[in-house]
Amino acid sequence: MDMQVAKKKLGLKEKYQVMTRDLDWTPTYQKMEDIYPYVHYEGIKIHDWDRWEDPFRLTMDAYWKYQAEKEKKLYAIIDAYAQNNGHLNVTDARYINTVKLFLTGVSPLEYMAHRGFAHVGRAFPGLGPRVACLMQSLDEMRHLQTQVHAISNYNKYYNGFHDFRQWYDRVWYLSVPKSFFDDAITAGPFEFMVAIGFSFEYVLTNLLFVPFVSGAAYNGDMGTMAYGFSAQSDEARHMTLGLEVIKFILEQDPDNLPIVQRWIDKWTWRGYRVLTLVAMMMDYMLPKRTMSWKEAWEIYFEENGGALFRDLSRYGIRMPKCAETIALEKDHLSHQAWCTFYNYTAATAFHTWIPTEDEMQWLSAKYPESFDKYYRPRWDFWREQAAKGNRFYNTTLPMLCQTCQVPMLFTEPGDPTKICYRETDYEGMKYHFCSDHCKEIFEHEPEKYVQAWLPVHQIYQGNCFPEGTDPTAEGFDPLKAVLQWYNIVHGRDNLDFEGSEDQRNFAAWRAQATRNV
Amino acid sequence: MQIDLRTVTIKPLRHTFDHIARYLGTDKPVSRYLEGSIGIQPKDIFHYRPTWEPEREIFDEGRTKIRMKDWDALKDPRQFYYGAYTSARARQQDTAEANFDFVESRGLVEALPEEVRQAAIALLVPLRHLAWGANMNNAAVCAYAYAAMAAQAAIYQSMDQLGIAQYLTRIGLLLGDVEALSAGKQAWMNDPAWQPLRRYVEDSFVVKDPFELHTVQNLVLDGLLYPLVYDTIVDQVFAARGGAAIAMLTQFMTQWSAETRKWVDATLKAIVTESAENRSIVQDWVDAWLPRAKEALLPVSAIAVSEQAPALLDEVMEGFAQRLAKIGLSA
Ligand SMILES: [Fe+2]
Ligand SMILES: [Fe+2]
Repeated sequence: MDMQVAKKKLGLKEKYQVMTRDLDWTPTYQKMEDIYPYVHYEGIKIHDWDRWEDPFRLTMDAYWKYQAEKEKKLYAIIDAYAQNNGHLNVTDARYINTVKLFLTGVSPLEYMAHRGFAHVGRAFPGLGPRVACLMQSLDEMRHLQTQVHAISNYNKYYNGFHDFRQWYDRVWYLSVPKSFFDDAITAGPFEFMVAIGFSFEYVLTNLLFVPFVSGAAYNGDMGTMAYGFSAQSDEARHMTLGLEVIKFILEQDPDNLPIVQRWIDKWTWRGYRVLTLVAMMMDYMLPKRTMSWKEAWEIYFEENGGALFRDLSRYGIRMPKCAETIALEKDHLSHQAWCTFYNYTAATAFHTWIPTEDEMQWLSAKYPESFDKYYRPRWDFWREQAAKGNRFYNTTLPMLCQTCQVPMLFTEPGDPTKICYRETDYEGMKYHFCSDHCKEIFEHEPEKYVQAWLPVHQIYQGNCFPEGTDPTAEGFDPLKAVLQWYNIVHGRDNLDFEGSEDQRNFAAWRAQATRNV
Repeated sequence: MQIDLRTVTIKPLRHTFDHIARYLGTDKPVSRYLEGSIGIQPKDIFHYRPTWEPEREIFDEGRTKIRMKDWDALKDPRQFYYGAYTSARARQQDTAEANFDFVESRGLVEALPEEVRQAAIALLVPLRHLAWGANMNNAAVCAYAYAAMAAQAAIYQSMDQLGIAQYLTRIGLLLGDVEALSAGKQAWMNDPAWQPLRRYVEDSFVVKDPFELHTVQNLVLDGLLYPLVYDTIVDQVFAARGGAAIAMLTQFMTQWSAETRKWVDATLKAIVTESAENRSIVQDWVDAWLPRAKEALLPVSAIAVSEQAPALLDEVMEGFAQRLAKIGLSA
């Protein structure tokens, strides 16, 4: 009994301290730089890892308990959704194409995040950030798997899902998210944290995850809603980690500021270019819209992000440079993107369509400055042409930006009638860019970005045909060969929604529920 | 309009994703474990090389000496995907919580013979640092191993070891006090009895090959440590001396090691049965590290069981040799 009395009562913070921070020790049999070889070459100076403030205090026993409860609830919903044919409850089968975009373009990034956070967790000599990173690595495995498991049911009934893993590696527009994450994971551990932990998870997550999840809610997709909301509860931890990382690095040494600022500039832009796909999803692909891309950008970036950067100004951080360019693009981004995909839908693993008259009215109302003037006439023209049997397909492969890998579809800042091209020379070769920002990113690290696997270049070099293809053979059809290599099934995965197998099946299956057939 | 869709029977167009159907050679529904693991890691078309290791690709088979035709052969017999993993651990932590409660509420710590309490503190508390080292090593296995099959189990293992370090911390606080933790750290850093073990761990931190690390940490070190410390010293020796309460507090570790052993053995068995080259590589690793592990664990176990230590360690070695033989290796 005496012993009990003598015991010190530990506060929550002290308790967490002994449960985690105190586990570490300073090695003496091996050198620190051999155990942690990756923390110096980026030039970030950390003097005292112990100054790290744990953004959340979660011991493993509590983690297992909370997460297991969440998983149990989530899988109950996923199972019920599948058993009850919940997919037939969505507003309109066009909606399903947003889920295709998510599985092919976002879910594989969850896996990369899982490995990336394991890598940086191992790389940091500080115990606090290491634990937080490893916990996130574990969470990211959750995100990948819950998404694959939930969307697996869609794959059974609809096209455009069946080879998502291979598409992520090979298909032209998916090289945009893939190269984005490859860029982050190949950077040093501190840059990775600024790129993914801060810029992506903290600054941009509301523009990526939230539009998909609320889009699902608006369009009756309970499955996607369930895994989306469930992942959001992990996201809260990831966001606090991202913010803590920035503050910690900046507080450690004034020399870190210019490096961090350049990373924020770079990664806000890199992330924003990936969001091109989300912008068109919000404005064109959701049958029932939640808000326009422009509104989302204004609320989540200009307002919320503005407040964040004002808060960080005490460390000397300013708004990312690219914010001005993005503001000029916000009236145009989604329209230019969807026009491009409409033109290249022969080579996409989802369907496209011309917006209905109702939808065009919505677009006019949301984009009074731009839609009627620049984009409605195009849709009217393409609709007329399609009605005459001249559905327009672009068969010339587009030039891609060397950095972000988006086709050159963006216009000059301030002039929506002129495509924006930039170029630079490096070691006797010419490289092309969509913007000043992408050019600048390249010029800072040309030796990195010259390595990019650009899908269009690769097609021209003959690297994207099935083995044994003879491109010199009579009647060789390059598009057909590329689709075969992608494993996009022509006539099922690609082309217009109108007349697609998805459209037909959805209508027939719903009819079984609503009529006595 | 809410319509009843349950009545609709529709024929699926396909049963699984193509990368899985290609792997299995057939399109059939698969378990959640396989669906969330097979072929998930990108294997080619990486855009840039790591600036932190420019001679390698992002995921690169060359990080290990092991060669596998099919990395997805390194399956986890527990079939742990995230959901299955957390639900298994949540159940175990429920039991652990109940055990801690039981020991605390019945005053079982106060009832422990003083000599057993001291021995338990001296033996178990420094092991929290060792578990922390295992967390770090498994993080490396996850980061640098090839394919999702091995990598995902490694992050589970890594976080399990963090959990174990935390249970050991609670045991230290329950049997002793915060001072017991600092004394344990002192011993870990300076006591000659702990130095060979700490050296083993620190030397493992610089091992780059993820499957060597898997062998060094999960097979060799944990393969001796858990049977010796938990199955033998705590469950038998301490219990016989009136310290059964301690065994309740370490039940998580005992069960955990019995369970994770299945994964360790299955992966290494798949590796060594793949080729004679693999077998001799893994055997070399075992040969290099096993004597060191034995040597390091002897003074540590002597802390708790003094002159009984060599005999107990021999006993554990015997069991371990049998385990190695089943994998296709030798002691
Ligand atoms: Fe995630
Ligand atoms: Fe670009």
